[in-house]
Amino acid sequence: MAKSFDVRRQPGFSTIAMLCFVMLYLPIILLVAYSFNAGESISHWEGLSLRWYASAWQNDQIQAATIRSITIATTAALLATSAAVLAALATTRTRPWRGQTVAFAMINQPLMVPEIVTAVSLLIFFAMLKVATGYTGLWYLIVAHTAFCIPFAYMPIRARLQGMDLSLEQAGADLYGTPVKVFRYITLPQLWPGILAGGMLSFVISLDDVVITEFVKSAGQDTLPTYMLGQLRRNITPEINAISTALLALSILLVTAMFFFSRTRK
Amino acid sequence: MSPIRTRAALLAPAMVILLFAAAGPLVIVLIYSFLTPGDYGGVIWDFSTDAWFGVLAERDFFTEELSWADAHLMVFWRSIKLSLMTAFLSLIIGFPTAYFIATRPRGSRDVWMLLIMIPFWTNLLIRTFAIMELIRNEGTINTVLIAMGLVTQPVQMLYTEFSLLVGMTYVYLPLMILPIYASMERIDFSLVEAGYDLYATRWQVLRRVIFPLVKPGVVAGSILVFVPCLGAYVTPRVLGGGKQLMLGNLIELQFGQLRNWPLGAALSLTLLVIVMVALIFYVRAAGNEESAHG
Repeated sequence: MAKSFDVRRQPGFSTIAMLCFVMLYLPIILLVAYSFNAGESISHWEGLSLRWYASAWQNDQIQAATIRSITIATTAALLATSAAVLAALATTRTRPWRGQTVAFAMINQPLMVPEIVTAVSLLIFFAMLKVATGYTGLWYLIVAHTAFCIPFAYMPIRARLQGMDLSLEQAGADLYGTPVKVFRYITLPQLWPGILAGGMLSFVISLDDVVITEFVKSAGQDTLPTYMLGQLRRNITPEINAISTALLALSILLVTAMFFFSRTRK
Repeated sequence: MSPIRTRAALLAPAMVILLFAAAGPLVIVLIYSFLTPGDYGGVIWDFSTDAWFGVLAERDFFTEELSWADAHLMVFWRSIKLSLMTAFLSLIIGFPTAYFIATRPRGSRDVWMLLIMIPFWTNLLIRTFAIMELIRNEGTINTVLIAMGLVTQPVQMLYTEFSLLVGMTYVYLPLMILPIYASMERIDFSLVEAGYDLYATRWQVLRRVIFPLVKPGVVAGSILVFVPCLGAYVTPRVLGGGKQLMLGNLIELQFGQLRNWPLGAALSLTLLVIVMVALIFYVRAAGNEESAHG
């Protein structure tokens, strides 16, 4: 008799949960489906075709924006991850020290301040710099992206460092390994999954950024998301769906890889 | 090198980048909010508190009379109202979903959570765009409604407050589910069983046993949804189409068409202060969470 009574059941909860999953995925699935539409509409199905992928592929602006997006995301992810590894080494495995709170606040600051506020502040600051130096290149975007990627790179690396067994490093030091050698041959190999996760996360976050890029970019520096935002004002064709699908596929691939990566290592 | 020097050297690259491109520029925003707007954007270096007055009040051009800045108040009210509504709607959908996931067998919970997190880690603009395609006048929902004969004219959903509510709930829902799930996963179900043994109904168990246990998660989730909604820019721009401005769009306008950088700076800092207050509540809620489960 007790078997038929499930203490965990709440009426209607499973239904709402299922609806929630459908709601989360239905819009994305429709978006992807219409990227394969043969017609010009994004809501009337006229047959299967890859024409919009071909047209996006041949569009010069989209090509340039893609290359720019990938350049920025790769550079920013590399820089942010390197800075985050060093910062994580400095903030773990030490006794609490004065100024630690400030360091944490600084690292997490991009997560707390609304993006629009950061965007505006960078617009003002970089406008001054652009006038003062005359330089208007991509580095403004790369530095801005690096800054907001740092907390995302820092989190998994720090988590990994905290979970690490200290005795191996101590053994290395006992065997007269210099701190650099201990780091190179003992810490780094164990830290690698965290670094990879942090790097991939940074890459995805940088690739997806709209607001800060929109405010910081100089003329002709559109990334894929800001290009798409600009297109929304015009007549929308499934070409936008095709770009979206490609970006979605890349993000989902990286996030899923990261998930299984961190799971098997537990 | 001494340990302290090493630590400083290790921290330096991250701190320099963050100071240069995240924290430092905020100081410039503060300075700009006390300057006079230039005619073609930018500022004139004359001290003025007009921008801060301008956040809530406006001065009549001829009579110099002060009155409430109705347009700004409208935007503030809409931002706060829609953010609260979004948090509430996310809670109604997110609570049962988190409960559902937390009561799955241990091995499959991670996979369910991955399904929640995948959309969250994909491009916000794309997700907003997906909602837009759904609710446009020529969009999927209207096409289906007309085909079924339920309506003859498309229902105007895009560019209304409703579209903002739907869009923001869609993009920020995972932020609600995540903390609620985290506290639900730790519920000791023998407490629930004890409730039933004492002849509690399902509703009573939910209200008197489960809800108090996950309340910190609920508070945390509500704030995590409320905060990004308040500063939302992309979603109201795409789904509001310039008709339903939120704070983020009002700020952008000052730097674009309206060319009033000091006012834009003052509005940004106002938003920042509201967000910081909300985050202080969040930190407290997270602290309670720790002590509740000890």
